[in-house]
Amino acid sequence: MNCIIIDDEAAARMIIHHLCSNVEELNVLKEFSNAIQAVKYFNLNEVDLIFLDIHMPAFTGFDFLQTISDPPKIIVTTSDKNFAIDAFEYDCIVDYLVKPIHEERFLKAISKAKNKTKISSVSNDDLESLDNDLYVNIDRRLIKIDIPSIYLVEANGDYIKIKTEEKNYTVHSTLKKIEDKLPDSLFLKVHRSFIINTKKIIDIEGNSVLIKKDVIPVSRSNRAELMNRLNLL
Amino acid sequence: MERPSLVYIQTLSRGDKSFEEKIIKLIKTEFPKEVKKYFDALKRKKYLKAAEHVHKIRHKLSILGLKKSYELAEEYEHDLRKNKAKLEDEFNTILFSITNYINTL
Repeated sequence: MNCIIIDDEAAARMIIHHLCSNVEELNVLKEFSNAIQAVKYFNLNEVDLIFLDIHMPAFTGFDFLQTISDPPKIIVTTSDKNFAIDAFEYDCIVDYLVKPIHEERFLKAISKAKNKTKISSVSNDDLESLDNDLYVNIDRRLIKIDIPSIYLVEANGDYIKIKTEEKNYTVHSTLKKIEDKLPDSLFLKVHRSFIINTKKIIDIEGNSVLIKKDVIPVSRSNRAELMNRLNLL
Repeated sequence: MERPSLVYIQTLSRGDKSFEEKIIKLIKTEFPKEVKKYFDALKRKKYLKAAEHVHKIRHKLSILGLKKSYELAEEYEHDLRKNKAKLEDEFNTILFSITNYINTL
């Protein structure tokens, strides 16, 4: 993916450029300290992905988005958590990274940017994959769990508790392992100890989410991603 | 008072010393300029301008692992946008501490 970086702060541009350099698929074409210059460049060049700071003097990231036609995929990079809700009103925004940006979170954003293309072309396959079952080993028996029926997975020491519509299962495994097995389109890790099925959310209040009868904390770093998943009015 | 550190930069660099040197050099150059602009704006009571400089400085605080100072700067920036500067002394103490730290790098 050909990308550009727009940020008025040199240190921020350097960090994003460094993170991009560790990802083979990313090719940084140019950096801009000023979004107006970036508009001109964007109109004349093939750009697939933009890392866009929102808070810039004179011409903000939102001004930039309103100026360009047919925007590519955008990853917002900002120090302001408060812009998340506004940012997700733009379909082109695939993720929202709060500075300081950590590599793991950055890679997740890149993965989302790549998947955004896939969703439009293989949406039927994606839907079919939701029918997949998950087999877990409990007392030497492999027990089938219907993935969409899972509403919560909770880490508990060396075990995880899988809560479904019908019953709960305690399995010797890690949150990371089950996270890899669950479809991103349904499940989200909202806290280091919890993965939720976003379709089962009842409500969100402050930094917690109500899912069935469980109130689950949402860590600050995952809140923006959770908001991204919601069909906000 | 919490102390600045290079943990974030070192984690990010994954041992790439050239990147570490470049980013530290950049911070050493950018930070004093931003601080000077902030004080100039504050002296002229241009609070909105001062808030913009605090915004840039805030990112440096997070790069240097200063979580509490970052939160204070966030509140201070917010206040400055409303023409209030009640956290000025506390913020300036943070700037002084970072300036001293950066000079040792």
